[in-house]
Amino acid sequence: MQKFSGFELFRRALGGHKSWQPQWRNPEPKAEYDVIIVGAGGHGLAAAYYLAKEHGITNVAVIERGWLGGGNTGRNTTIVRSNYLFDESAALYEHAVKLWEGLSQDINYNVMYSARGVLMLAHNHHDEISFKRHVHANRLNGVDNEWLTAEQVKEFCPPLNITSMRYPIIGGALQRRGGTARHDAVAWGFARAADSRGVDIIQNCEVTGIRRNASGAVEGVETSRGFIRAKKVGVSAAGHTSVVMAMAGLRMPLESYPLQALVSEPVKPAFPTVVMSNTIHAYISQSDKGEMVIGAGTDAYTSYSQRGALHITAHTLDAICELVPQFRRLRMLRNWGGIVDVTPDRSPIIAKTPVPGLYVNCGWGTGGFKATPGSGHVFAHTIARDAPHAINAPFTLERFRDGFLIDEAAAAAVAH
Amino acid sequence: MTNRFRTASGGRIDRAAPLSFRFDGQTYSGFAGDTLASALIANGVHLIGRSFKYHRPRGFLSAGSDEPNALVNVARDAARAAPNLRATQVELHEGLKAQSQNRWPSLSFDAGAVNDLASPFLPSGFYYKTFMWPAGAWKRFYEPKIRAMAGLGVAPELPDPDRYTQNHAHCDVLVVGAGPAGLAAALAAAESGAKVILCDEQAELGGSLLSEISATIEGQKATDWLAATLANLAGRDNVTLLPRTTAFGYFPHNLIALAERVTDHLATPGTALPRERLWQVRAREVVIAAGALERPLVFPDNDRPGVLLADSARTYANRYGAKVGERAVIFTACDAGYRAALDLKAAGVTISAIADLRAEVSGELPARALAAGIDVRPSTVLVGAKGRLRVSSAQLAKVKNGAVGPTETIACDSVLMSGGFTPSVHLFSQSRGKLVWDGAAGAYLPGTSVERERSAGACRGVHGLQRVLEDGYAQGEAAAKASRDHASPARGATPAPATPSRAFAANAEDLGSAGFIGATPHGRNPALAKAFVDWQNDVTSKDILLATREGMRSIEHVKRYTTTGMATDQGKTSNMNTLGIVSEALDTPVPKIGLTTFRPPFTPTTFGIFAGAARGDVFDPLRKTAIHDWAAEHGAAFEDVGNWKRAHYFPRAGEGGRMEDMHAAVARECKAVRASVGMFDASTLGKIEIVGPDAAEFMNRMYTNAWAKLEPGRLRYGVMLREDGFVMDDGVVGRMAADRFHVTTTTGGAPRVLAHMEDYLQTEWPDLDVWLTSTTEQWSVIAVQGPKAREVIAPLIEGIDLSKEAFPHMCVREGTILGVPTRLFSVSFTGELGFEINVPSTYGRAVWEAVYAAGERFGITPYGTETMHVLRAEKGYIIVGQETDGTATPDDANLGWAVGKAKKDFVGKRSLARDAMSAPDRRQLVGLKTTDPKVVLEEGAQIVADPSAPVPVPMLGFVTSSYHSAVLGRSIALAMVKGGRARIGQKLMVPMPTHAIEVEVVEPVFYDPKGERLNG
Amino acid sequence: MLIITCPWCGARPEVEFRYGGEAHIARPADPSALTDQEWADFLYNRTNPKGLHAERWRHIHGCGRYFNALRDTVSDFFVTTYKAGEPRPDIDASSGGNP
Repeated sequence: MQKFSGFELFRRALGGHKSWQPQWRNPEPKAEYDVIIVGAGGHGLAAAYYLAKEHGITNVAVIERGWLGGGNTGRNTTIVRSNYLFDESAALYEHAVKLWEGLSQDINYNVMYSARGVLMLAHNHHDEISFKRHVHANRLNGVDNEWLTAEQVKEFCPPLNITSMRYPIIGGALQRRGGTARHDAVAWGFARAADSRGVDIIQNCEVTGIRRNASGAVEGVETSRGFIRAKKVGVSAAGHTSVVMAMAGLRMPLESYPLQALVSEPVKPAFPTVVMSNTIHAYISQSDKGEMVIGAGTDAYTSYSQRGALHITAHTLDAICELVPQFRRLRMLRNWGGIVDVTPDRSPIIAKTPVPGLYVNCGWGTGGFKATPGSGHVFAHTIARDAPHAINAPFTLERFRDGFLIDEAAAAAVAH
Repeated sequence: MTNRFRTASGGRIDRAAPLSFRFDGQTYSGFAGDTLASALIANGVHLIGRSFKYHRPRGFLSAGSDEPNALVNVARDAARAAPNLRATQVELHEGLKAQSQNRWPSLSFDAGAVNDLASPFLPSGFYYKTFMWPAGAWKRFYEPKIRAMAGLGVAPELPDPDRYTQNHAHCDVLVVGAGPAGLAAALAAAESGAKVILCDEQAELGGSLLSEISATIEGQKATDWLAATLANLAGRDNVTLLPRTTAFGYFPHNLIALAERVTDHLATPGTALPRERLWQVRAREVVIAAGALERPLVFPDNDRPGVLLADSARTYANRYGAKVGERAVIFTACDAGYRAALDLKAAGVTISAIADLRAEVSGELPARALAAGIDVRPSTVLVGAKGRLRVSSAQLAKVKNGAVGPTETIACDSVLMSGGFTPSVHLFSQSRGKLVWDGAAGAYLPGTSVERERSAGACRGVHGLQRVLEDGYAQGEAAAKASRDHASPARGATPAPATPSRAFAANAEDLGSAGFIGATPHGRNPALAKAFVDWQNDVTSKDILLATREGMRSIEHVKRYTTTGMATDQGKTSNMNTLGIVSEALDTPVPKIGLTTFRPPFTPTTFGIFAGAARGDVFDPLRKTAIHDWAAEHGAAFEDVGNWKRAHYFPRAGEGGRMEDMHAAVARECKAVRASVGMFDASTLGKIEIVGPDAAEFMNRMYTNAWAKLEPGRLRYGVMLREDGFVMDDGVVGRMAADRFHVTTTTGGAPRVLAHMEDYLQTEWPDLDVWLTSTTEQWSVIAVQGPKAREVIAPLIEGIDLSKEAFPHMCVREGTILGVPTRLFSVSFTGELGFEINVPSTYGRAVWEAVYAAGERFGITPYGTETMHVLRAEKGYIIVGQETDGTATPDDANLGWAVGKAKKDFVGKRSLARDAMSAPDRRQLVGLKTTDPKVVLEEGAQIVADPSAPVPVPMLGFVTSSYHSAVLGRSIALAMVKGGRARIGQKLMVPMPTHAIEVEVVEPVFYDPKGERLNG
Repeated sequence: MLIITCPWCGARPEVEFRYGGEAHIARPADPSALTDQEWADFLYNRTNPKGLHAERWRHIHGCGRYFNALRDTVSDFFVTTYKAGEPRPDIDASSGGNP
């Protein structure tokens, strides 16, 4: 792998940048691999990288229907945080944040992890109790998160309107180590790092079937470029998990919803942090390029159309204009949709499946990006050892049968 | 300043209406009908902005909405500042103030231009390769620097005071684009009687016709035909004309979103009109007549101020009477360069040379150029241009078999280029129609449709004015006909080539479909030459080659790696040339490279129009009870609970006239209820009337409790689960008759509970004969609580025996209060003797006031939600959503007693049988008492056995409710604790950031544990 | 915003409706007879198809009725809607269409 550094950039500039090599190869699929990962998004590429790096398994293919990083990895609003309530979730997301903090150096690719803080706004008493419960639990779990008064919210993020609104802001929960990263760089960085360790990334190759032997175990995958043999197949195909798992005869506790996001035209720095409001449904941050990156919850009905409804976008912008009324004159530059797999308890599944040799990483809902390195790390462990890492052990498929849900959403639900 | 570059005559500007405006602090003059761009050009100003990355000086590239360079900030005042507006679309008005952007200290001397010198070290993606050391420096050092350099304009700093409105409209035929195709389509549809909306993004309808000086239609000058056609359309009741209106989004089922700019062009907009208006148009049929965009040529130094698109230069001359310069060199790959040359020459511009990329130059326009004595050079490319703030010369060279010959420098003050025209397929693609690569046209054209739409004219590759008019007319007729055929779905259909029922006689030059895609050859050192593909984002052809070299093979990867096509023009100027360059680099045909997805909006669209009127108080519905105004008049502080405003507490003036704070008010209110009597507005409770022969059976299935044996006239506390076994809602239910229940729900839960009930009733048990009706708004609920409650209400009630014996706790009776019919509940959420008076909401306030008056002799005290919370916590009554959180079973919440064990089934029962639901370490409701009675725990605080345990500290539970109890003279708290009931008597710790608080686990009933006070 | 045809009221805009998830998942008559896995299949497992989806909608701001629809989850176009209790129509995604 050609090293990336300021010096290399300078040196190669003198040669007109002619000597840069491809960041990853464009290989033909081999007949057989030790492990096939289905889906070259951030999670799948990270899993391949950690399989090679931590488990010495380098005969790995990552198979991608389109182009790598082209699914939710390249469509999300790039928020990273780990201030989840339950011990299981906090451990998983904090594992990811710790990896984020050294990721650029580890994979020698600047993923621009920017710990500019994630501030969640409280608009009512229920929010306040819920956030304080998070703050206390997070502290005891070693996850930073702090309660801010309304005045402290304003001080931390001066552009916010906190008073003259329908639901005034009464405080907020701030995770200072939270922030954003550059989504494409995460996919490309993991792709390059995995490729350099021997992983084949095979793009424009659609999985059309999962072949199982007489005893039911996985034998390999049928693809648009032929059958590829492997005894272990890890599915990491956010949005399309149900479709892929159905090829192995499995029904999943998943529904796929459209999730929209949008950016404004770029402007000079005007918004210092990431702000989320679950009560009025919107979040916003400013990218390094200057665009305001804005999102909200999913659309109302399941869909694979990768677009959502105008009234959903409009409602998101209602909320943004309420929070930051000076942004009413900014303009939407681009609006797009992704497809998110949602589980009944809104927590992911990173687990073995009833089919021997078949593993699945799915159900991240609207929040998968933040977990990318952590998820890939523990998924690689699960595949390599045929047993989960302690961190993902609770995130099984069986929890839905036995009732051991990890229901962050329900824990924050509003009811009086 | 004079308009030195104004033509002697002509154009659509009003030379009798001069206007004064300011740009970067300097005053200029223009005319009504000018854009900011045309007025500046008429004043000889081309330097208008700085590029995003290298801060290179930039001039106007185009005359329309595809402009990537000329972005300005326009501000009427500090609060009405809008960044990044295209000067090519900003209509001039008297006193307009515009500022250039992204430069410091000035536009002509910009310190950021140092980046341009460093550009060899800043190729595309450079930031992915560096700034990684030392770890942490990215956030602290590099990123702030990059952020300060990035961005374009400055975001407004004051709340936008302007209004935005939203219109919904239906029509038979929506025509997008009012050029010749759109006008003809609208005319055809209108003549057939269809209801038509015709919109166009420009200030004037007419599209390309506005730039015509020689074309004729039906024997008239094209502009005269335009005026007559617009008058014809405007005179029809079935036609709505919308200028300044951009169709920016195509949403499913033929919903088209339009953005209308209403007042930005007015010098004094007044307050009657909104600034902009969102139209949501549901059209039976859509005709997309979006035209085509001229493509730049990618050659070195093509970004010098004064280098612009040839047809745009023609528009400036013909439409605005503004000459882009005095001496122009033209570089073209199609006949558009010749047409511009001829028109500019007629306007008095010297055309020094036409360099034509093509070897064979033939046809009418080149012939006319030659006849006019213009120096036409086939097989010639531009290989560079000089001039930092304004182009001063162009370098031409012959090209033969890809080899570039010696250069010749020609002095000029403008360079006009044309690479041909790209059909505007944005809306078609947004509609999910399938684009097809047309090799002959060198363009993507609309293929199979998904929605009920058809394209007309240049946006589907039709060229030549007469053919465009006839195509427009034919598509308009076909659309009108299809709009009458409601049954015919358009899915999967490719609109058949339609034949117009009338012909148009038009005379204009046909530019054909010739053109060039990619980067032109230049023979210069590729490391030093900068040939721009994306002007705004400073992406050059060598950036794109670097991306392909680094393995970016998909067009999406190239786009994202180089940022080409991601500027505020969203690739309108750059996408096709990028495809051409990638195609050549990878030796792969264009259609194999893929195409980036066209996303809404077509052009940037103001946030304000999406939000519309939804701001402040009308951001979300605001619900008030019938008693709200009384509470407000009596000084209540309110809190938001869902959509409701609820009285939180009622502060009174205390010692020295100072108002009580919440704690003082709540302490007083609590004591009053326990000692005498208080009253509380409980109207926000959800209410559902459940009626029918099977009502009791339905209740049995929906609630955990058993209902069959509940006698009419009795109340019961009901618990509702989700099917997954977790507590969803609770409330007191009254059986009014054998077939009638009065159900109450939590304040926030009413719609959810009703929907849940309807779901089961309609889809699982349609055989049950039951009706559900929401009655939340119908009943006001006045809770009268305290030892004196009976005495307060007794004088007001008629027809109900209030005696203890006749009306014990948990009963409901019907009678009247002050003559108003009431359902009177004997129920308590305070632990005191209590009643809840349900009366029709229209009488809510009157009855409330009467009760208040009747209670005066007992010192009746109105109390709010905070006191309600304290009183119920003293009794250990839970609040669903506070003690429970969506992960609690009935047993967790000490509600096991409310689960009908003998019932075979109810919603949620089966789930309770799963392993996890009876795990020994489930959290259970308990009470907590702090060892120090003065310490009030923080709600949400966690509970541990050993606060000094290493992180992660094992947590046993958390505090759900915590108050100071004035009545008990100490703090109390409710909590959910793992195995809590078995821990009663244990000491646990509540760790805070700086210290830990010792607590004792106790039964969750702090006051009157035997419940003796309930019966008064 | 989709146009949805309520079998009782006709074509109306999406905002009048509430989505109700996959259709034809009947609540078992005797839940206590089911294994945990069978119960979990009913509670949680869904077809989630990419293509034709039989799903429930409720015309909540209209007649209030639940009904079923066949919708193509790739295009979001409805093929048909039908009353609750009626069987899933035997048609494929290519037939029919939307106003």
